[in-house]
Amino acid sequence: MTAGTMQAHPAGEEEARAAITHGQSGMPTVMVGMLLFIASEVMFFGGLFATYFNARATTVGEWGPPAGGHLDIALAGVLTAVLVASSFTMQFGVWAIRRGDAGKLKMWTGITLALGILFLAGQLYDYSELGFGIGDGVFGTVFYTLTGFHGAHVFGGTVGLTIVLARALRGQFSARNHVAVEAVSMYWHFVDVVWIGVFSTIYLLR
Amino acid sequence: MATTTLEPRTAGYRRAWVLDWLTTVDHKKIGILYIVNSFLFFFAAGILALVVRSELAVPGMQFLDQDTYNQAFTMHGTIMLFLFIIPVLSGFGNYIVPLQLGAPDMAFPRINALSFWLLPLGGLLIFSGYLFGGAAAEGWTSYAPLSNRAEGVGTDLWIIGLALVGTASILGAVNFITTIFKMRAPGMTLFRMPIFVWTILVTATLILLATPVLTAGLIALFIDRNYGGSFFDPSVGGNPILWQHIFWFFGHPEVYIVILPGMGVVSEVLPVFSRKPLFGYKAFVFATIAIGLLSFSVWAHHMFTTGGALFLPFFSFMTALIGIPTGVKMFNWLGTLYRGKLVFSSAMLFALGFISMFLIGGISGVMLASPPIDFHVQDTYFVVAHLHYVFFGGSVFAVFAATYYWFPKMFGRKLNEPLGKIHFWIHFIGFNLAFFPMHELGLLGMPRRIADYADRPDWVILNFMSTVGAFMIAVSVIPFLINVIATFINGEPAGDDPWEGNTLEWATTSPPPPYNFDRLPPIHSERPLFFLTHGHGHAAERPDDLEEGAEEDAEHRKGVV
Ligand code: HEM
Ligand SMILES: [Cu+2]
Repeated sequence: MTAGTMQAHPAGEEEARAAITHGQSGMPTVMVGMLLFIASEVMFFGGLFATYFNARATTVGEWGPPAGGHLDIALAGVLTAVLVASSFTMQFGVWAIRRGDAGKLKMWTGITLALGILFLAGQLYDYSELGFGIGDGVFGTVFYTLTGFHGAHVFGGTVGLTIVLARALRGQFSARNHVAVEAVSMYWHFVDVVWIGVFSTIYLLR
Repeated sequence: MATTTLEPRTAGYRRAWVLDWLTTVDHKKIGILYIVNSFLFFFAAGILALVVRSELAVPGMQFLDQDTYNQAFTMHGTIMLFLFIIPVLSGFGNYIVPLQLGAPDMAFPRINALSFWLLPLGGLLIFSGYLFGGAAAEGWTSYAPLSNRAEGVGTDLWIIGLALVGTASILGAVNFITTIFKMRAPGMTLFRMPIFVWTILVTATLILLATPVLTAGLIALFIDRNYGGSFFDPSVGGNPILWQHIFWFFGHPEVYIVILPGMGVVSEVLPVFSRKPLFGYKAFVFATIAIGLLSFSVWAHHMFTTGGALFLPFFSFMTALIGIPTGVKMFNWLGTLYRGKLVFSSAMLFALGFISMFLIGGISGVMLASPPIDFHVQDTYFVVAHLHYVFFGGSVFAVFAATYYWFPKMFGRKLNEPLGKIHFWIHFIGFNLAFFPMHELGLLGMPRRIADYADRPDWVILNFMSTVGAFMIAVSVIPFLINVIATFINGEPAGDDPWEGNTLEWATTSPPPPYNFDRLPPIHSERPLFFLTHGHGHAAERPDDLEEGAEEDAEHRKGVV
């Protein structure tokens, strides 16, 4: 397995080893990957928001749910509070493990996961109550697409949280080694921020 | 240990070999998988092109009906772009980028394998429409209201397949960018990276930011088609033009996703075979970044004729602006050739083919950027000519340049040069015969995407020429395939550095060992290998200047040795 037939420069060997151990400082590789992935997700939601605003701009007459349907702003407000709270609990978990407190990490991750599931359950209940569907005019289409794909991302986040929780229960994280926790928390904050955008757009801006 | 008999071992070895390729996470094997898979799709889409050209050889309907014709050009365009040209360039990127950076692998090897395996899956889904009552037939652009109303499951399979292929490219883009930022060898600063790596970096950024928008559009289209949605249906408040905005917001960056890595390949090949450094390295880098940025602000030049408040002057002006960084690159290349010691290898011929053909495509592109011209030739064969000069004359020529150039590194053997030149010349002449007449056809008013056309003498002769050219292109692939097979059987051993290359991939064995490098040369410029083989004395004396010319190089050489 001898590579490189050229004469080795004295420093070559050391440099090669440094390269193989990814010996670089700065943000951990996994976090760079997660940030880039989130950037692509921002563009994805950007596309969906564009469809929303396009529909709203080209609609003549009143913008909102079709006749017979309504929006439950109170429930949506409660769900917003749940998701925002879950961002805080997630961050408490991250701070805990940065101090090396694995016990607190388990607790906060468990709470975050529960809040995430509560949000999803609330969203499904909301859907069942609204009185209009995805096929009911362009408002129905953009409403369910935007909230539905956000919900799918929350679901993805709960899968990530479940993995983090399982690994935390096995004692796999420490103050020095917990990049998965950091990555999942970054994703979770992102999903939360998207929801604030969705909520403000659909319920507040109208 | 040596007492094992041969036979059971060979059987074991064979199985392991297949499993090894199926489960590999080595960027070099994944790169080769990408390239092989892409060439298979290239041949499939090429056969569809021959079907299209045969139908158009003479007026009248020959052997297709209208609907199968529509399917043929739709599948041709879709597969060529999404399953050949983008993935084949990612394949070269996969193989070469870690080597050029002096890295042992990509940043996320398993995600790398996943992004590859999504491709054949997506591609087969797109093709599988043929098994279920007909493939998608709305063109590669799939405009609403044609696409949201089209009957049949072929269009749905097209949507799902493209969403998978798009996801594959996004994951690949995350991987490339992370690799470039986190895996560079010590000494490999950003401005010492080979140009090919720079173009992959900008390309990956475009993929990362543009492709998700297409995914959003595809989902909207799927919802319209299957769940009673009305994104694109004006009768219930939707807007069919919205599809065009979404599609081209992705689609214009996409054309740079296709051409930038090709420019990168050419910028590797030209200096090596001119025996000079690239003229104006930094200018090239900034021009690449500028093209990347501008490409997000020109999408509506595909929509000039839709009318409405589309800010024609803005999009026309921005499009013309792209001509500037592109022109800069032309000068980079010409300046590199100027007074170089040119070596006309097959790789070099394809690189020179790229420059000349891309120039023609660029000129027709600037013409199309002008709304008064575009209004006349939109949706005619002029556009088909333009797009093939940039996609085929540009990127596909670059793919062949890359193949001749890097094949020795990948397999340790050089492709046969005389056969390579035969391939080039048949290809080059066939290409121009197939596509140059289309300019004229477009100006004469022949619409694209039609299966039959008026029996006018001028149209007939031009169409016939074009069909002959298409078959010449197909014939040119024969010497290429013979070459590849013959080289595997009995090719000339390449050695580590057959071309006297500049960049790190030539500093290791051909093919490289699993972790690429046992030792790395010192990196003090964008041409570490050149300085290693041509000697500049001790590292400390090595000039950091990136722009030095050939004479200067020679002087240094004399001075130090
Ligand atoms: C043997 C080589 C090729 C031939 C003979 C060929 C021929 C054609 C023809 C005649 C059309 C127009 C069909 C119509 O409008 O009715 C077409 C469309 C197209 N081709 Fe090719 N082509 C070739 C290679 C390529 C390559 C290498 C690419 C891209 C990398 C490509 C991309 C496209 C695209 C995007 C379209 C537009 C499809 C549409 O209208 O939806 N082609 N081709
Ligand atoms: Cu464009």
